[in-house]
Amino acid sequence: MPELPTRPPRRTDETAPFWDACAQRRLVLPRCTGCAQLIWYPRRFCPACGGTNIAWEQMSGDGTIYAFTIVRRGQGAYKDVSPYVLAYVELDEGPRLLTNVVTDDVESIRCGQRVRVRFDTAGESDAIPRFEPATGTQG
Amino acid sequence: MAGTLRGAAYIAGAFEHPRREIPDRTVAEIHAEVALGALADAGLSLADVDAYYCAGDAPGFAGLSMADYLGLRCRTIDSTETGGSSYLLHIGHATAAIAAGHAQVALITLGGKPRSGGPLPGSDVNASGAPEAEFENIWGTSVLAYYAMAAQRHMYEFGTTSEQLAEIKVAASLHAQHNPNAFLRDVVTVEEVVSSPMVADPLHRLDCCVITDGGGAVVVVSPEVARTLERNCVKVLGQGEAIKHTTLGRPDLTHTGALWSGAAAFEEARVSPADIDYVSIYDSFTITVLQTLEDLGFCAKGEGGRFVQDGTLVAPFGRLPFNTDGGGLCNNHPANRGGMTKVIEAVRQLRGEANPAVQVPDCRIALAHGTGGALSTRHVSSTLILGVADA
Repeated sequence: MPELPTRPPRRTDETAPFWDACAQRRLVLPRCTGCAQLIWYPRRFCPACGGTNIAWEQMSGDGTIYAFTIVRRGQGAYKDVSPYVLAYVELDEGPRLLTNVVTDDVESIRCGQRVRVRFDTAGESDAIPRFEPATGTQG
Repeated sequence: MAGTLRGAAYIAGAFEHPRREIPDRTVAEIHAEVALGALADAGLSLADVDAYYCAGDAPGFAGLSMADYLGLRCRTIDSTETGGSSYLLHIGHATAAIAAGHAQVALITLGGKPRSGGPLPGSDVNASGAPEAEFENIWGTSVLAYYAMAAQRHMYEFGTTSEQLAEIKVAASLHAQHNPNAFLRDVVTVEEVVSSPMVADPLHRLDCCVITDGGGAVVVVSPEVARTLERNCVKVLGQGEAIKHTTLGRPDLTHTGALWSGAAAFEEARVSPADIDYVSIYDSFTITVLQTLEDLGFCAKGEGGRFVQDGTLVAPFGRLPFNTDGGGLCNNHPANRGGMTKVIEAVRQLRGEANPAVQVPDCRIALAHGTGGALSTRHVSSTLILGVADA
């Protein structure tokens, strides 16, 4: 299986805490300290209540495949790695993240399948969060 | 004022560019050709236009370059850009402008040539510094993949099958065989659809719309102007629009914004799904149609697969004839934007000018629906309900 393309993320001041944590192999999401809303994708404010106090919270890294597709003909950087899996993974904490599920057997992927985060090295010191089937709990 | 736009404007002219591959014209020329075509259909001229509407497919600076190119003298300009649904919003916005006394004759144009050049659909749509871009584009996303995930989830929750999705393509192909301008005119079977190459599971190649050059335009006029025209004008009964996005990371892939845009349009038009004689449903992919039919209330959520079986969508005698020009799946998806052609075919049906083999008998109320953006992430839905003059 060819490795999926991995380039360093483009940070902004707003999103740097997310990517900095990824570089340390930690998945963190912003939570509003006012209304407790867990926010995805990262913002420095809370669209739910308008609050501006955000705390970065570490996720368990466990989740379930909410939806997926097997891309048979990728484009751009993904042109030569097909087939590969694009998915929404629902974290156990709630939010659904767009990501790849990395597997040798794309045909085995199912909605409802348990997955766990992994970090793929990007550039010299960065990493991006993909997921892989949780061992022993396939199907 | 809890106002309503029901009957506040009429579609007096509609024109679809007859070609599907146009290497010898610029995009601006295509806009001009369809503008002139729609105005001629209405019995009006460029000098009559006092409001101009176009979207992101128009070349140059918003609507300004095109207004200059066309030599328009406008009191109102609106370049609202919501992808393929833009033109349905434009009709609603033009109707509101007319109701407010800000316009009498509104011209709305679409044109583009992705078939003979330009970016392919599905290339990164968020490359412009959008806040979500870096959390989406790095995963090998595409428009096709986004719709495929919505289909996958719909299958998982409701048991929808590839064969049921294929029924939508089959119905479109049955209609396209009667359209001499259609890009694909061959009738296909369910077996042919499900055995075409898988492109992004569970969508097959034949679940996808065509890529065509082309364009279209409509002319929306005030009731006063409509009365002076000889042409059979179609009444605007209601329009709704809605944004659906990822809701802070909790997107629900089993429904579209049609849930809200449809309800708004039905309320304004004071009709219900049972009153609709014909529908033009945005058909970038078969799943787009299936989810939209559910969300508009033509069947219950999750029952779209069963609903489209047994020829429900096949004109003229199916329970709910749809996309009688062959739709984006077979006829035309100009500039990768299907909203304009949805409206044009609804106008043809209400005028009794659809291809005779697919003309719905006594068609009095029609619905056109557009989807701009992508299922699975974010899109703008718009629903337009039109009627014959005395509807």
